[in-house]
Amino acid sequence: MKDEILCNFWRCYLQKSKQAYCKRPAPETVKTLSVCESSTDVDSDPERPSLLHLLSLSESEGDLQTDCSFASSVSKVSESTSVYSGSVDGSLYLMKNQKEKLRMTMPMTLSFCYMALLWVREPITLSELLRYVVEGHIPYLNVFQHFPEKMKLCGLDLKIFCVESWPVYEEVFDQMHELAAFLDLPRFPDITESCFLHPDMLCMKYLMEANLPDELHIWTCRVVKKIGIGEVDFLTLVPGNKSTRKVKYDVLAVAVIVVVLKLLFLLDDHYEWLLSEYAEERNKNNTEGGPYFEFKKWYEVVKHSLDVKQKKLDEERAKYLWRCEKPLFYSVKNKSKVLKRRQMVVNLQNQFGKLSGSVQCAEKPNPSSFQLSWSEKNTDGSCFHGHSLKGVLQEKRGLLTAMNPDYWLCTVKLCNEKLCGHLAHYKEVEFPQSYHFVLGLFSFLLRVQPSYIHDEVCMIEHKLFNKKLYKKLKYNTVLRSKKD
Amino acid sequence: MDSFLEEEEEDEEAPTVVVAGKRRRRSHPAAQAALQPPLHLPFPPPQPVSSNEHKLNFKKSKEACLSYIQDALLQKQWKRAAEFLTCYVESLEKDYSREHIGPSEMIWRIGTEILWHHSQSSMKEFNCFMEQMKTLGVKRYLKVCLEHVFHLLCNGQIDEAYQNLSLAESWRFGEQTAIQDKEMKLIQAYRGLLDYYSWSKQKNILLEQGEDGFSDLAVEQEMHGYFRKAAVNLKEIIKIPGVWDIFVKCYVDLLEFYGDHNEARQVLNEYAYNSKFPANPNAHVYLYQFLKRQREPKKSLISALKILHDIVPSHELMIDFNTMLQKSKKRKKRRLGLEVIFAALDYAGWKENAKAWSCLARQVKQIVVSDKHLDWIKQEWNSRKDWWPAFHFSRYLAKRNWQEDKSLSYEKALVAGILLGKGCKYFKYVSHQGCKAQLKRFRMLKKFVNRHNLVYLKISGPPDSSVQP
Repeated sequence: MKDEILCNFWRCYLQKSKQAYCKRPAPETVKTLSVCESSTDVDSDPERPSLLHLLSLSESEGDLQTDCSFASSVSKVSESTSVYSGSVDGSLYLMKNQKEKLRMTMPMTLSFCYMALLWVREPITLSELLRYVVEGHIPYLNVFQHFPEKMKLCGLDLKIFCVESWPVYEEVFDQMHELAAFLDLPRFPDITESCFLHPDMLCMKYLMEANLPDELHIWTCRVVKKIGIGEVDFLTLVPGNKSTRKVKYDVLAVAVIVVVLKLLFLLDDHYEWLLSEYAEERNKNNTEGGPYFEFKKWYEVVKHSLDVKQKKLDEERAKYLWRCEKPLFYSVKNKSKVLKRRQMVVNLQNQFGKLSGSVQCAEKPNPSSFQLSWSEKNTDGSCFHGHSLKGVLQEKRGLLTAMNPDYWLCTVKLCNEKLCGHLAHYKEVEFPQSYHFVLGLFSFLLRVQPSYIHDEVCMIEHKLFNKKLYKKLKYNTVLRSKKD
Repeated sequence: MDSFLEEEEEDEEAPTVVVAGKRRRRSHPAAQAALQPPLHLPFPPPQPVSSNEHKLNFKKSKEACLSYIQDALLQKQWKRAAEFLTCYVESLEKDYSREHIGPSEMIWRIGTEILWHHSQSSMKEFNCFMEQMKTLGVKRYLKVCLEHVFHLLCNGQIDEAYQNLSLAESWRFGEQTAIQDKEMKLIQAYRGLLDYYSWSKQKNILLEQGEDGFSDLAVEQEMHGYFRKAAVNLKEIIKIPGVWDIFVKCYVDLLEFYGDHNEARQVLNEYAYNSKFPANPNAHVYLYQFLKRQREPKKSLISALKILHDIVPSHELMIDFNTMLQKSKKRKKRRLGLEVIFAALDYAGWKENAKAWSCLARQVKQIVVSDKHLDWIKQEWNSRKDWWPAFHFSRYLAKRNWQEDKSLSYEKALVAGILLGKGCKYFKYVSHQGCKAQLKRFRMLKKFVNRHNLVYLKISGPPDSSVQP
């Protein structure tokens, strides 16, 4: 089924972009994209390249500056000869009109992928998909290794297939929407409350991952309901519709959680610690039920884990190996030099590898949906899932309400997104440290910039406090007109 | 707060929405435009770099890798550095021709450090690595060769070093040879040095044999051969302005052995007095030592050391200098001698040097006894009377000097007694101890100082142009 979806998308694309030649080998080589619910299967994913067989005319972002100049000079010299490019029209493709944005690129393949996933409503968010790519579970870097023998890459194809940077969430996301519009797709299948991508479900997932009490889920559901982002119409993608805001499911869920935290704890570097002390006091006398949630303890535990993970991630990024055993070269002349270099690199790697001590790369761990995991069985009290929020709530008119009476808005007025691309501008020094920490936690989990999440938070807040703000502005304008 | 979430209409009871007072941000100018007549304000600059942080690409990844390597090296964590270097070597495959220091040079330098210090690496691996590095960059070929040779020498592998030097000397690569001229000269110079080393080995063999009674012609021939090779190269490098202490020494040694004293003298004079060469105290030392060996008259020795005194007043040869000057008949020279010895004792390194103190004591004693030229002492003492007492003649030092070195304390006590009078702490303590221990010379000392007690008044009297009441 997935087979057909991707295939159809691809055929549609080719048709739309008027590339009459699609060099498709026999259809049986196009196997299913087995990104299915059990995450272990993602590991065995050589099927991706079969999609890329079809993408013999893709193009990559030109990070290779020197290669660029070489490529352009070469293409001028020999437009028709296929000596300098493995594919027949690689040179022609590269010279094509720059304005046509929807040419195939490596990140574009990911947009295709994500679109298909969305269509099928798979329980994988875009941030997870990109994380799998970086961790190597989905072939992306050096994908030409998996190409069949007859597809020899050289010359200008290098510019297309040689990946020099990781895909960025924003780019893939935006491209996906453009693509959907370009292909004139109809409304996507509905995303209902039982679907994984619904904010309620995603909130639950992220709450678990962030080690926050399950009771917060009630609050997130309330916020979602209040501002109406749980509606089917809001969530489902309708391509081509410029008026609706594009929904980033994972970022949205995370932003909701942040807003809820702000509602309950205020996060102004002052109140949350007071509440925490108060909860600690109450905890001492608390004999029944679970312990009360203390912000301070949570902060300590999570910060520690986060720091460890972040450090590990930074080191992994620095140690990342970009090249593989199969070297690429521009031309036959270049080949010997490249091979010699490659040989030297391998020698040096061996030599120093022996000296690095017993660091052997372990088996690549299976892809997992969760980066941080907390187990209730741990006796050191580091899991906060079961904690109760009673410490920060109070009885009022028969309902449990937050003790915190205040709230601060991240920004008074939202920016015009079309002008500067953002709803709000985030500078770390202007916001409380706790807020920054929370943003940092979720930006680590999603591998996006904190400012990205901050934008969503602003958007939600404005929806939430819409009436208040509107009233205030109106009041201001009334005053002003009276003064004039 | 959450009543707000439940009901929509309860505006009156809902708490105030606080816009974080201190953290209020200015609204975007474009937003404010709605309230004012259109004003074309420039947009705030786009948020810098932070949006690229997560955008990991090859270059950034390698830069991060490099900084990890740097940290590990500074903390001497060789294993960790090796680990990261393994990942960094990939950048050889990418063209960085526009960078100031390219990856190949980085890898060469970092790899050398790691292999040199790592506990598990051997010379064999090191050599293998260096060979690879030589092929990596033509522009650095000679430099790499030279550094390799240094490492071999540090490890005691002289023959391999020699082989490498010869190999490097015969290297030709178009115009690179001309560009890397300096390194080539250095390589030749070091080869000359190694030739000298072989020569001296042969010389020693010959001398031993000579004692035993034979004389081996072959050894002699070899020795002469080495001499010729060494002489040529060493002579060349010495012509270039620079600091070539070791080369000069070896060359002079060769020349002296073969009796070419004129040439040696000329070389040393050039080295010491040619203004193109950087100021180098050692040059003067070598010249002085040579002249001494040649038994030159005192006059030339003194002139050789004078410049040394100007450059390095605390040099160890100052004692010899002072001794020569003291014995001189000329008044000026003796005056200079006093100056020299006072200047030398200004330095902390000389505080406990009994010989220096004895020189000073002798001269001071002589002046006091002859009662002439007290004004010399006065002049010298003028600038020192504020701080020498605490520096040299404190009570603590008196005790220590007495315990550790009695002759030192004797000399110092003499000087202190003359310069500060018999009432000064140092003299009192030492002479008391000395008399208690019934050492004859201390009793003599006491008598002497007592006799000349008023000298210190004359010495430390106010200077002639003083304004003290």
